[in-house]
Amino acid sequence: MSPFAIVIAILGLAVLGWLSARARAMAFAAPGAPRLHSLPGYHGWYVAIWAALPALLFLLLWVPLSDRLVMDSVLGSPAASNLPPFEMQRNAILRETRELAEGLRQSSFHPEARDLALVYGSALSRYRLIGTVAALLLVFAGGAFAYSRVGPAFRARTRVERLVMLALLLASLIAILTTLGIVLSLLFESIRFFSMVSPVEFLFGSTWSPQTAIRADQAGSSGAFGAIPLFWGTVFIGAIIAMIVAIPLGLMSAIYLTQYARPVVRRWMKPLLEMLAGVPTVVYGYFAALTVAPAVRDFGQSIGIPSSSESALAAGLVMGIMIIPFVSSMADDSLTAVPQSMRDGSLAMGATTSETIRKVLVPAALPGIVGGVLLAVSRAIGETMIVVMAAGLSANLTANPFASVTTVTTQIVQLLTGDQEFDSPKTLAAFALGLVLFIVTLLLNIVALRVVKKYREAYD
Amino acid sequence: MTDRDKTGRDETGPESAKDTVRPVPVEGPSFAFAEEGEGFDKLSPNGAGAVATNFSKSPTDWDSSEMAKRIRRRYAAERRFRWVGLGAILLSAGFLALLLFTMVSNGARGFTRTEVRLDVDFASAALFLDPATLRSTGAKAALAGSDLQGVVAKAAEAQYGALGARLFSDTAWLKVLDSIEADPSLLTRSGSLWLPASTEIDVAAKGDGDPAAERAYSELGSRDSARTRFNGDFLTSADATDPAAVGIWGAFKGSLLTMLVTIAIAFPVGVLSAVYLEEYAPRNRWTDLIEVSINNLAAVPSIIFGLLGLAVFLNVMHMPRSAPLVGGLTLALMTMPVIVIAGRNAIKSVPPSIRDAALGVGASRIQVVYHHVLPLALPGILTGTIIGMARALGETAPLLMIGMRAFISTPPGGVADPATVLPVQIFLWSDEVSRGFVEKTSAAIIVLLVFLMAMNGVAIYLRNKFERRW
Repeated sequence: MSPFAIVIAILGLAVLGWLSARARAMAFAAPGAPRLHSLPGYHGWYVAIWAALPALLFLLLWVPLSDRLVMDSVLGSPAASNLPPFEMQRNAILRETRELAEGLRQSSFHPEARDLALVYGSALSRYRLIGTVAALLLVFAGGAFAYSRVGPAFRARTRVERLVMLALLLASLIAILTTLGIVLSLLFESIRFFSMVSPVEFLFGSTWSPQTAIRADQAGSSGAFGAIPLFWGTVFIGAIIAMIVAIPLGLMSAIYLTQYARPVVRRWMKPLLEMLAGVPTVVYGYFAALTVAPAVRDFGQSIGIPSSSESALAAGLVMGIMIIPFVSSMADDSLTAVPQSMRDGSLAMGATTSETIRKVLVPAALPGIVGGVLLAVSRAIGETMIVVMAAGLSANLTANPFASVTTVTTQIVQLLTGDQEFDSPKTLAAFALGLVLFIVTLLLNIVALRVVKKYREAYD
Repeated sequence: MTDRDKTGRDETGPESAKDTVRPVPVEGPSFAFAEEGEGFDKLSPNGAGAVATNFSKSPTDWDSSEMAKRIRRRYAAERRFRWVGLGAILLSAGFLALLLFTMVSNGARGFTRTEVRLDVDFASAALFLDPATLRSTGAKAALAGSDLQGVVAKAAEAQYGALGARLFSDTAWLKVLDSIEADPSLLTRSGSLWLPASTEIDVAAKGDGDPAAERAYSELGSRDSARTRFNGDFLTSADATDPAAVGIWGAFKGSLLTMLVTIAIAFPVGVLSAVYLEEYAPRNRWTDLIEVSINNLAAVPSIIFGLLGLAVFLNVMHMPRSAPLVGGLTLALMTMPVIVIAGRNAIKSVPPSIRDAALGVGASRIQVVYHHVLPLALPGILTGTIIGMARALGETAPLLMIGMRAFISTPPGGVADPATVLPVQIFLWSDEVSRGFVEKTSAAIIVLLVFLMAMNGVAIYLRNKFERRW
């Protein structure tokens, strides 16, 4: 049987186990009999878990193992002795063999594959038989053991609940594992990178040209990994241009919606603004590249500034639009959290609404607003698709918004798509950039959350 | 109630309260009412500016022209501020409208295609096919083996001159194949077929082509041999090199498989972690660590998850490249924190009295959660899940990292086959030079946006329908 069919069979048997154990437990619950400790359903679950879990775990280990065993027996067969030594051709033949044997294709391109497919097929059916028998044995052994324990005094509920608790704990550990996985994978690859390129050059060098040559004696074969232009480009687009767009628009929108707008306007406009955050970034990127970038270039040329078609301004503008809802919703929250008494006090002294907002509400809500802006910055510098599609690839250290700059995320995508050799500094540099990005966004988030939390405590 | 709260806070934390109120007194000199103070100064004969001296003055004459001017000025500033606020909102909404308008106006044409009429005399075309054999199985193979492509090219040249074959899409003969398969008797007679036009003609028909193609199109139009129809193939076929023949079904199916993997992992793990953290977790260092990492994961840039997927799933575990399985796993790690956070909020909003009541009648702690708390929190959890899934559906960068950017011309059959997804397909098409791809990209964006809106609509509906205030 194929692994999928085995899984279905195991689950089917587990259901049978559930039904029979429940029926048995029900039989104990006859009037006059000793009281059941657990409800019959728990006995059912206990048997079902014992039947299914060991067998499924076994299958999880067996499937990759049997793949390897099948491949070994194919390669060990006499028909494999005349396989070509080239790895690519060899792999192509082996892939064809597998597809032939599994019935995915009818005819083969390589003649060798036909002979190998016979060997493959027999090995596959042999190991599948072993796997099926072992899995079913496990199902019956586990099920029988559990079934034999079903009885009035047996604490099935306690056992099942203990397992549920274990599952809950394991599920919540996945978050830690993910974080650990991110940190470790970034760290390992970065350490390999820094063994080839010094960290000082990476962090403070001002030339970025990761294109390493194929031959060692070629000119410029070493590549230059000074990431300052990248950091500048990221800050320029994400933290300067985008924020110049997003802070005034987001803040004023929040002020209008919380202080002036009628409830019906607020009810419609707020989700509409939040839609800006729901649009996929690839759509923004396409919008930036298709509509905004040419307009920006024409405008730059018309006022006599050398402009590139992939300008920092175009990417920054569109990113600013994307960020508006982040700024406005944080500002909205913190403005509404300012105690009504402060607002009333100011209005009672004769200040107009705008004076109250500017002199009382905004200063009081400032920590929350600043926190929101920091979160927005962290979001903007980690944003990828807009800059990949609109910001260009040349690593310029320029303050001209009409020129092309590149960012950390653009370069990560650039370095990791296309041909990859996993030992070249070119590929590893992407992980070093990722590490820097991870640390910076993490710090921004921690600071922002601190600021917001401290401020919330003051009013709540 | 609030009064008591306030006094309580003042007693417990006078420092923090003072801190946050401070901006007002610090801003004092430029404070709104300081302007009024200046006004008093101007009115007062001795002009000392000390507040105490004002008490000896006659009361402010609010009807004086000076005061009236000042009030007018302040009201004008008020109106200006209000207009600026309204302008900011309208500008932001305007951007959204412009974005949608650009996509719709570009993309609407992507759903249509130009078709050109071709008269083919199959009887004299020497195809050596017998209609009777076509009724049996293997018709497709027999047809594909015959030289339909050549027949179409010859017929086109006969009908439209030497360059006739260039009027038709490279895949036009497949349409001929389909129509013969549908009606084998076509082989014995001549027929008039509408076939998809080549990209040049298609672009020209939409008013964007080069002069030669425009001329060819207007000539076709005058002979009544061209028409524009809804392009059903766009929704049912996969990627191709020719913009006239591309479709989004391949990418859409890839998205679907990826989302299946994502939800199969992220939803159970997310809900179980939320239950654990909210209901059972002891307050200790481990729990804090879990909470901190979940909150941080929610804020990590998506591309970092792509790096994780590349390093762990591809390079360590050797999973297949470009497969929905890997994409789904990567997106699941990204979506899980969103579900956990939404789930915790939903569970938190179930009032403790429900738990107490269940415990009181003898339920175990697990029963309390699975019989009472989770069903009540489910609408909130589902809303969060749908929003997280919508975000994952629009995500591009992490999938680029794990190689889901290959050119895939057949829809994936399973989660381990090479595939691409809708947003990545949009990205790939946006990189194409050919002009025919502009409208296809926008059309794909429209499809993606429609799905996102539908998902968000369902989330809003769920929230409105099932959300309960306790």
